Amino acid sequence: MEAVLQVKNLSKTFARKGRPDVRAVEGVSFSLLKGECLGIIGESGSGKTTLVNMITRLLDSDDGQILLNGKDITRARGRELREAYREMQMIFQSPAESFDPRRTLGDGIGESLRNSGMAAGQVRQKTAELLQTCGLTDGFAGRFPHEVSGGQCQRAAIARALAIDPSVLICDEATSALDVTIQQEILHLLNDLRRQKKDSLSILFICHDIALVQQFCDRVLVMYQGRIVEEGLPDDVIRSPRHPYTQRLIDSIL
Amino acid sequence: MNRMSTDPRKTDHPTVRPQKIRKNTVRTRLIFFSLLALLLLLGSLFSEQLAPYDPYLQDLSNAKAAPSAAHLLGTDRYGRDMLSRVIAGSRASIFSTLLLVAVIAAAGTLIGVFCGWNGKRADTILMRISDIFLAFPGLVFAMAVAGVLGGGLHNAVIALALISWPKYARIARSQTLAQKESAYLKAARLAGCSTWQILCRHLFPNILGPILVTAMLDIGTMMMELSALSFLGLGARPPIAEWGSMMSDARGLMTTSPWITFAPGLAIFLSVMIFNLLGDTIRDYADPRSRQ
Repeated sequence: MEAVLQVKNLSKTFARKGRPDVRAVEGVSFSLLKGECLGIIGESGSGKTTLVNMITRLLDSDDGQILLNGKDITRARGRELREAYREMQMIFQSPAESFDPRRTLGDGIGESLRNSGMAAGQVRQKTAELLQTCGLTDGFAGRFPHEVSGGQCQRAAIARALAIDPSVLICDEATSALDVTIQQEILHLLNDLRRQKKDSLSILFICHDIALVQQFCDRVLVMYQGRIVEEGLPDDVIRSPRHPYTQRLIDSIL
Repeated sequence: MNRMSTDPRKTDHPTVRPQKIRKNTVRTRLIFFSLLALLLLLGSLFSEQLAPYDPYLQDLSNAKAAPSAAHLLGTDRYGRDMLSRVIAGSRASIFSTLLLVAVIAAAGTLIGVFCGWNGKRADTILMRISDIFLAFPGLVFAMAVAGVLGGGLHNAVIALALISWPKYARIARSQTLAQKESAYLKAARLAGCSTWQILCRHLFPNILGPILVTAMLDIGTMMMELSALSFLGLGARPPIAEWGSMMSDARGLMTTSPWITFAPGLAIFLSVMIFNLLGDTIRDYADPRSRQ
């Protein structure tokens, strides 16, 4: 299988004044295959978010390499990086905070389209389509982030991430801030999208809940203290964990 | 039951009523003070049409005349009509104040956003410079600068602008730092916005509120300081009608003809009060807790 996203030996160390440095991510390597959903699981502080921020280039990595569709984006800047964002999108942890409080949801969803030069009328039409795909009515385009519920806002965030048809979708704890019932709805939506898009969409699913990963992902990586300690099919990992941390993680929910 | 029927308010929802009343008063105040400020602005804009006499026309035979039907606020030592001079002076006082506040708010915001966004060495240097300015008493510093530049209203505005930007730079910087790591800016980055677009479209509208409120509250202060510089002879020069210099001009006649000092003093007092109360009201209105 062809890899859409390859991460090689990625590292990040945060320097702190007067205290020892924090090695947030240490030599992480993995590949996200075409059409695959790869889960990354780990406790808070294990470096998941740092890893994701490095992959999306919101944070510079100290060492290592990121290849998106075979293209090295490790040091991409400006126009090159904006090109990369047409292939890679992210859904954030807190839906309401990921939209500009002074702009409507429709404005946020259409932003990437407008930035890529689409005419205003087309953007409006595409935004309405996207909202419908994500289970909202097109009336939501005119609402502000504080006027909708968390679940509705996360649906809008998914619509925004899908707007320019990326090949890689990164969900950074996309369901953690939501109620359990809403979590399931969002997962159903993501599952529907996977079925529709088939091989043209690969998902990197960051989560701390092993049950969700088992339900949703094809493959799982377990991260602990900045390293990947285990990799495999979710069922195998749960049935026969090899690393003591994975064992503890599974014990904690059973 | 009996008590409830005698006092109908007891049956209402007690939390709803006060809030509703409060919002209405804030809005009413906002409209009231905005109208007053607008009146002041229009008055100074059409000062030439409004003034009953030529503010520079001397009539020595009628000098130092007490307020009368012909000259409502009396005349000054050269027999110029005080009401006309106060109206004419509003243009210099109000418009130079507005220009000054606009300039320092814009410059301070630019510097503050730059510092907050980039951080690093430029931030440290600019913030230490602003510390230096903030450590001096403002008016004394402005006097020194105006003294070096020489008198004149232009130089007084420049002097005050030079010392007053750090306040805005501080606010803009802290606001920028608070918003910088927020998810919506990251989302904008992922949507393909350049840094410039992120700053203009997303960051700036979100930090504008507190800066605007500070600027409104500053109008009164700046008007006072500008008049103070003129009073000290470092701002507008006679015979130009400007409230501060008019007061300075008349201070020797305080005991014999107090109205010559009183008229521009009252004008300063009223306009500073109107702009301060407007600023206060805008702050109340912008506070989301009062807009629930």
